[in-house]
Amino acid sequence: MQISIQLNGKKITEEIRPDLLLIDWVRQHGCYSVKCGCETSNCGLCTVFLDEKPVLSCSILAARADGRKVDTLEGLKEEAEEFGAFIADQGAEQCGFCNPGMIMNAIALFREIADPTDDEIKEYLAGNLCRCSGYEGQLRGIRAFIEYRKKGGAVCDK
Amino acid sequence: MRQVGQPIRKKDAMALVTGQPVFTDDMAPKDCLIVKVLRSPHANALIKSIKTDIAKKVPGIEDIYTWEDVPQERFTMAGQTYPEPSPYDRLILDRHVRYVGDPVAIVAGERELCVDRALKMIKVEYEVLPAILDLHGAKDNAVLVHPEESWRSLCPVGADNKRNLCASETSGTGDVDQVLADCDVVLERTYRVQAAQQAMMETFRTACYIDAYGRLNVMSSTQIVFHVRRILSNALGIPKSKIRAFKPRIGGGFGAKQTVVSEVFPAFVTWKTKKPSKMVFTREESQTASTPRHEMEVTVKVGADRDGKVRALDVYTLSNTGAYGEHGPTTVGLSGHKSIPLYGSLEAHRFSYDVVYTNVMSAGAYRGYGATQGIFAVESAVNELADKLGMDPVELRMKNMVREGQFMPAYYGETATSCALDRCMKRAKEMIGWEEKYPCRDMGNGKVRSVGVAMGMQGSCISGVDVGSATIKLNEDGIYTLSIGAADMGTGCDTILAQIAAQSLECPVENVTVSGADTDTSPYDSGSYASSTTYVTGRAVERACETLKERIVQRAAEMLECSSDDLEFDGQRARNLSTGEEVSIEEIGTASMCGNNVALQVTESNSSPVSPPPFMVGMVEIELDKETGHVEILDYVAVVDCGTVVNPNLARVQVEGGIVQGIGMALYEQIQYNEKGQMLNNSLMQYKVPTRLDMGKLRVEFESSYEPTGPFGAKSIGEIVINTPAPALIHAIANATGIWFGQLPVTSEKIAMGILERCE
Amino acid sequence: MLKIREYVKVKTLEEAYELNQKRSNRILGGMLWMKMSDAQIQTAIDLSGLGLDQIEENEEEFSIGCMVTLRQLEEHEGLAKWSSGIIRESVKDIVGVQFRNLATIGGSLFGRFGFSDVLTAFLALDTYVELFKGGLVTLKEFAERERDNDILVRVIVKKTPGRQVYLTHRNTKTDFPVLAVAIAAERDGARVVVGARPLRAMCVNVDDAWKEKLEHADCTPEELRELAGELAEQVPTGSNMRASAAYRKHLANVLIRRGLFELHDRFAADTGVDMDKGGQQNAD
Repeated sequence: MQISIQLNGKKITEEIRPDLLLIDWVRQHGCYSVKCGCETSNCGLCTVFLDEKPVLSCSILAARADGRKVDTLEGLKEEAEEFGAFIADQGAEQCGFCNPGMIMNAIALFREIADPTDDEIKEYLAGNLCRCSGYEGQLRGIRAFIEYRKKGGAVCDK
Repeated sequence: MRQVGQPIRKKDAMALVTGQPVFTDDMAPKDCLIVKVLRSPHANALIKSIKTDIAKKVPGIEDIYTWEDVPQERFTMAGQTYPEPSPYDRLILDRHVRYVGDPVAIVAGERELCVDRALKMIKVEYEVLPAILDLHGAKDNAVLVHPEESWRSLCPVGADNKRNLCASETSGTGDVDQVLADCDVVLERTYRVQAAQQAMMETFRTACYIDAYGRLNVMSSTQIVFHVRRILSNALGIPKSKIRAFKPRIGGGFGAKQTVVSEVFPAFVTWKTKKPSKMVFTREESQTASTPRHEMEVTVKVGADRDGKVRALDVYTLSNTGAYGEHGPTTVGLSGHKSIPLYGSLEAHRFSYDVVYTNVMSAGAYRGYGATQGIFAVESAVNELADKLGMDPVELRMKNMVREGQFMPAYYGETATSCALDRCMKRAKEMIGWEEKYPCRDMGNGKVRSVGVAMGMQGSCISGVDVGSATIKLNEDGIYTLSIGAADMGTGCDTILAQIAAQSLECPVENVTVSGADTDTSPYDSGSYASSTTYVTGRAVERACETLKERIVQRAAEMLECSSDDLEFDGQRARNLSTGEEVSIEEIGTASMCGNNVALQVTESNSSPVSPPPFMVGMVEIELDKETGHVEILDYVAVVDCGTVVNPNLARVQVEGGIVQGIGMALYEQIQYNEKGQMLNNSLMQYKVPTRLDMGKLRVEFESSYEPTGPFGAKSIGEIVINTPAPALIHAIANATGIWFGQLPVTSEKIAMGILERCE
Repeated sequence: MLKIREYVKVKTLEEAYELNQKRSNRILGGMLWMKMSDAQIQTAIDLSGLGLDQIEENEEEFSIGCMVTLRQLEEHEGLAKWSSGIIRESVKDIVGVQFRNLATIGGSLFGRFGFSDVLTAFLALDTYVELFKGGLVTLKEFAERERDNDILVRVIVKKTPGRQVYLTHRNTKTDFPVLAVAIAAERDGARVVVGARPLRAMCVNVDDAWKEKLEHADCTPEELRELAGELAEQVPTGSNMRASAAYRKHLANVLIRRGLFELHDRFAADTGVDMDKGGQQNAD
């Protein structure tokens, strides 16, 4: 079947198999930041934006994204660098495998809630598993980033 | 300029947070063959016949291999120094399958779709045999997991395949029975720790190709590149000179990748076909056909006097290695050797164990490596002992814990050359407010708040065995290249070793680039396990840098036409003290590339005769719902003595990560098998690792000692951090409920039903 | 792995219905469950072009399109008000935001999954499902039916004034519930819904005398305990890898009792307020 998806701002039209998962499709198009960590929709590693909303790309068909907008970390490089630096300053990226998904979802969080509380942060990111960091360092990094933004350090909003 | 002790950002951090393609599957050759294996549905069976002809006809299938196609020399997949204590009990594919998930056939094809199709079309006829699913009764069972004559054990570990024994030993000092008989109080308890999964986010994966020299190149997510080379050589029956193994970034290991898991299959395919191939384990495969923690049942007998002097410890461990023996003989040792020595003035101790084969997934290395199981048991027993004696368990420990300078008979006869365990305990006690909170407070709403405590120790290497090496090279412009064979799996060892190099060479850490690990280009390193990288390889780095500095001075002396003795080198410049003439490090680097006979490159190796333990105290405060049994972690404080903290940020996240893994193991990470030996917890949907909502609040501090044998006084940190949560939590639960649980995980169901039972 | 031969984004419900009559064809919901199956689907039927992703609210009811996501339910202010917050409460622990942005109410209810928080919570409300052929049926009746080839088009929640509570126990915070309990006291009766037993959620009706006493905040703690015990007795429970039948039975008692206490307290807090004047003003 033919689909047409706007991937990271670039429109791609092509023939695909109907059962192709979005994660496989974005990786085929060089978006290697998107990782598969489970096959059961539990880990959040494969988070991408579908029409600006964070979704699990392992759990949705590419066909479903037809006519829609898909963004991966590759398309959000500046935001990823800016926020990611705060995770890096805690050493909380550790192995790095879960980071792209977590960072995508954190960006979604910052867009939705300008000044989230710790509880809001934890709830919003609950679907992003990390086996290395113990989450505490990620929380420190997120908090530091929010403080930095409050001081006018960055404009991350759309 | 201090580099050691600084919270320096990891060298690969920005690549990781921006999602660069730096992992195995991102870098695998495009259009390589996809490799998958057909797995046994039976826990114990012989393959009577296997038909692959129809499956081979699926378009796109390259080839299918069965037990008849693979070499018949047995080997082990344990990433250990040769001769491995783990028995040689594996074949790439065996006619005898020994657990549900054991490989039966390898399928290689152009695409995943055709490989999946072909897998379904392979016809196998099995002769199903009775299976041993429980570790009890496995020893000397009529059913043998490894009846084959070709089974071999290379080391005297007490293994006997005709008794289902993978290892067996007894050691000790003094007459334990006599001392115990003389004690005022003796407590005997049995504890059980489940085969918890490392569950690193990146599953096992390997990509292979043949290079211009006709050699097999193996890119793998592994902690042990040099062992991979040997194991593949053994498995494929080809010379080591034909193999190169290297690792890109690794998406977590925690010991899982100290065993060869995915490597043999694509390596076999690529060697046979000479085509590139890759294998990426599914999460289900990672859960059901990998290398989890050894399930262990640990029986502890502890004897003390009424005044709280702990006099004797007698520990027996029954360990379940599963279908194969990887790390079986060695993990079990730590269950005693790293728990008993926590108590410094024992009059006698005994430690004995049996490691048995069963028909479940084989175990391997998981952070803590047996120490976790043993410490859970011993620390739980000591907590209950304190209760029995009516003593504060913190006081009891202050009275008995190992102290700096003490000889440790149960710890390979080493002396505690650096130990701040007492300070760790004092600080943890302050941090959590032990005085006010111990043992519990009823909140009056069906909830109880209580606290728990545990100590832990680990090693810093395998003494006399592990080898760490470093090659440091001065380049043009005065920058350095550090080559290592240790594997950064997210731990940050690339950065930590660069910090050690920068400290030694008195240069900014940015001036040290790091590469590795690659069997072709890295100096030999046994690999990143046994908490050894900072301690063992770090020392090699330090030594290599010292030698390089001498060479730098030597080259500078030639340039300045003076004697080395007249020169002072401060990292930036070499200066002739009498004339004031100087050359910069940039000039020396550049000069090393013109008319030079002194290699400004040095390799040093390091092995340590001792393995100085890091120490730690963990204390937890929980709120327990007496009706549902739910345990909410309010506060977990950890105080760690890892010697000098090389990078406080990276050390802290190690502690936090280890604690959270320990929490999962203590409270809900379940491994359940059905009566057919099929694992039920085969996904992250059914095997629950902690989310950020489950772990509560963690607080970490360091109480540093100075370890004279470590680089700049450092010991290790990687593993010790997982050892305190289980005993501390189970202690807190006991303080809240009066029930001493001995089997992990202690789920809310066990707590609630335990309370109900007590009420009846 | 799930295999799909053809994919049709239907233009009308009729088209979807026609296609869905063939056994090998399937309607796609959020796909989270289906994706894990090994199903071989001839034609996957996608309803996402039919505008069924909206929550509409009028004086009498909420009309929730089958493609509305759990995240939309979670964030809908009106639903939160009219359900005493239990809709939000029932979905917020389901895996994570990214999951809830995909999972749909249609998929959740049509599947009639034993573990379903969504089914449990909606059963506590005055809920109907609109089936393409079958018309409007109560959710209770629908939940008891076996799956067929009809299409769940919308979920209708009547604005029946009442009070509800939702409680679960989970082994970890975002896991499936070990047991879920929703309790509602509405005009036409009070009922207790128990889900994740681990069988499909079921309703236990509370007799009118009890309902009266509850609403008038007129129960002693002993009475509420007794009622909880009686109700829990009526709920068959089973064992699975998450918990045993006995623990679930115990939890049913505990959670029902806690729910009753909470409801009772709420009624006590607004004594004198006539329920029939509408829960909207009164609800938390």
